[in-house]
Amino acid sequence: MIPLQKIHSRFVPLEMENVDTDQIIPARFLKATTRDGFGKNLFRDWRYENNDETKPKADFVLNQSQFSGEILVAGKNFGCGSSREHAAWALQDYGFKAVVSSFFADIFKNNALNNGVVPVKVSDEFLAKIFALGNEATISIDIDKQTITLDASGLQETFEINTYKKTCLLNGYDDIDYLIANKQAIEAYEEKQV
Amino acid sequence: MAKTLFDKIWDKHTVQKIEDGPSVLYIDKHFIHEVTSPQAFNGIEKRGLKVFRPQQVVATADHNVPTINQHLPIKDELSRLQVQQLIENCKKHHIELYGLGHPFQGIVHVIGPELGVTQPGMTIVCGDSHTSTHGAFGAVAFGIGTSEVEMVFASQCLLQTKPKVMRINIEGELHNGVLSKDIILYIIAQITASGATGYFVEYAGSAIRSLSMEARMTICNMSIEMGARGGMIAPDETTFAYMKGRQFAPGNGLWEKKVAEWKELYTDADAVFDHEININASDIQPMITYGTNPGLGIAINGHIPVTDTIPDEGERNNIIKALKYMGLESGKSLLGMPVQHVFIGSCTNSRIEDLRLVASLVKGRKKNENVQVMIVPGSQQVARQATAEGLDKIFKEAGFEIRQAGCSACLGMNEDKIPAGEYCISTSNRNFEGRQGAGARTLLASPLTAAAAAITGVVTDVRELI
Ligand code: SF4
Repeated sequence: MIPLQKIHSRFVPLEMENVDTDQIIPARFLKATTRDGFGKNLFRDWRYENNDETKPKADFVLNQSQFSGEILVAGKNFGCGSSREHAAWALQDYGFKAVVSSFFADIFKNNALNNGVVPVKVSDEFLAKIFALGNEATISIDIDKQTITLDASGLQETFEINTYKKTCLLNGYDDIDYLIANKQAIEAYEEKQV
Repeated sequence: MAKTLFDKIWDKHTVQKIEDGPSVLYIDKHFIHEVTSPQAFNGIEKRGLKVFRPQQVVATADHNVPTINQHLPIKDELSRLQVQQLIENCKKHHIELYGLGHPFQGIVHVIGPELGVTQPGMTIVCGDSHTSTHGAFGAVAFGIGTSEVEMVFASQCLLQTKPKVMRINIEGELHNGVLSKDIILYIIAQITASGATGYFVEYAGSAIRSLSMEARMTICNMSIEMGARGGMIAPDETTFAYMKGRQFAPGNGLWEKKVAEWKELYTDADAVFDHEININASDIQPMITYGTNPGLGIAINGHIPVTDTIPDEGERNNIIKALKYMGLESGKSLLGMPVQHVFIGSCTNSRIEDLRLVASLVKGRKKNENVQVMIVPGSQQVARQATAEGLDKIFKEAGFEIRQAGCSACLGMNEDKIPAGEYCISTSNRNFEGRQGAGARTLLASPLTAAAAAITGVVTDVRELI
């Protein structure tokens, strides 16, 4: 994983609740054998008319040029539904580094963290304030300080993240790096068993 | 200090505990299949790593495979590619593969136990939520995501936060015609499809002890359908008798020593659970689901809830939406309702005992002409055993179609699908919208209840036929 300390960017507002993993990445894409390229199928059925890439739906935010950035802002209960990690892959591959919402489904939260996408949980009021911002507005997320700031007004909230996962994000470690770095302990454990 | 069965196994497998973080948990056995493993193989290769302990990984092809003409190339291009990738990856990384055509091939949660790979006291994972099945042997077994599959490849370990523990005690005797599938459907109906979220569940009590290993597997299998991380049952003489002599079970010399170790795997008398539930076995009737999650179940002779009387608005809307999808009415009984399909299979109920039960009911009878009946054995071994016992003849005479081993219509990822709008009584574990095919309407039930519907063509209380 690439180290991630701060995100400073405009945002894409997806003002919808209960966005489930089937919408983030439809089931038919589970037959793939690589993690790559899921970004082009992110929100596939909301993005295109009849699954046709030449017919983007004008009313969907990803197709509206005034919105861009590395931060997706969505309504509460984001990522509910199946455990498919493909949902996190699609967001990451599309270019999102953080998803901001007032509630995340459990499994999605873990899958996102395992893929370098930060789930930033804010209050309902804070979320409403973001949705009220203009499309030129920028947001700053500081992972070390655990803060999210609306740049124009300076309005700020802190968010939760466990110390271990924070260290991973800041240094670009993932669980595998941690486990491999501790191989000696693992081998010592194995020896003790026989 | 008094410990639960879960704690004994978890603690023994804890390599390290990270402060304000998860534990490093050692994994004894890792099962893989074609759908959730390719990206994990790619991942370790990109890092220049090898599979750390390939001899602790067992692979099979099940989710995407056809259940007819398995000797021919797979028609669906993407499915064929996934299965091909699994073959190549296993070869490259020296992993034992029981792929298509291999006499051990089958649904991953059926073959692990029947080969004796699954053993008491182990930690077992697989990129599949129904890994909880293996808990029936007194193992800590749970499903994982693809990044976690990669972690286990790389280090034979996982970073995991310890879940809470719950015990469900079921005491007393079961009524005639009530199977373990009815027990678990009853439990989920009682505590809802999210009632055990955050917990690892131990099933205990005289009713559980009286069950065969295969019946115990059915219960542990569906633990995930109430949100639990996994389910488990302490091993006992029934467990040891089932395991003895199986392909990969400990051989002579080692067997006695292992059994002595396994006998230590129980919850201490004064161990404390975060939550306990007590159930009276005699309260359980044959069950059937009417909705679109496994918690929406009723006794076969009961009635669908009257939606107007459900106080919680969220729950009420949920059931109204489910009934609309299912084309069913609030307050009605399901008995006598015509069904068009019967599916007997899946990692919940496709073992030899399930097929024996079905055969015992249909012997000398014929299926109703309006129903299509598909039997999909859980593994090639189950299929061979069924033939050896002459069960295949009974099914053929009854007009049932017998397929080859795989997940099949449980998730409809291959061509076995239920047409939109039609009803299927299924012995599988999920009745989600579109699970068995777009628009398909699934009624979950036991193998006996499914067999009864195959004979009569309508939802039937199996007790009328036995
Ligand atoms: S039979 Fe169904 S539930 Fe079981 S592993 Fe296969 S797809 Fe999953």
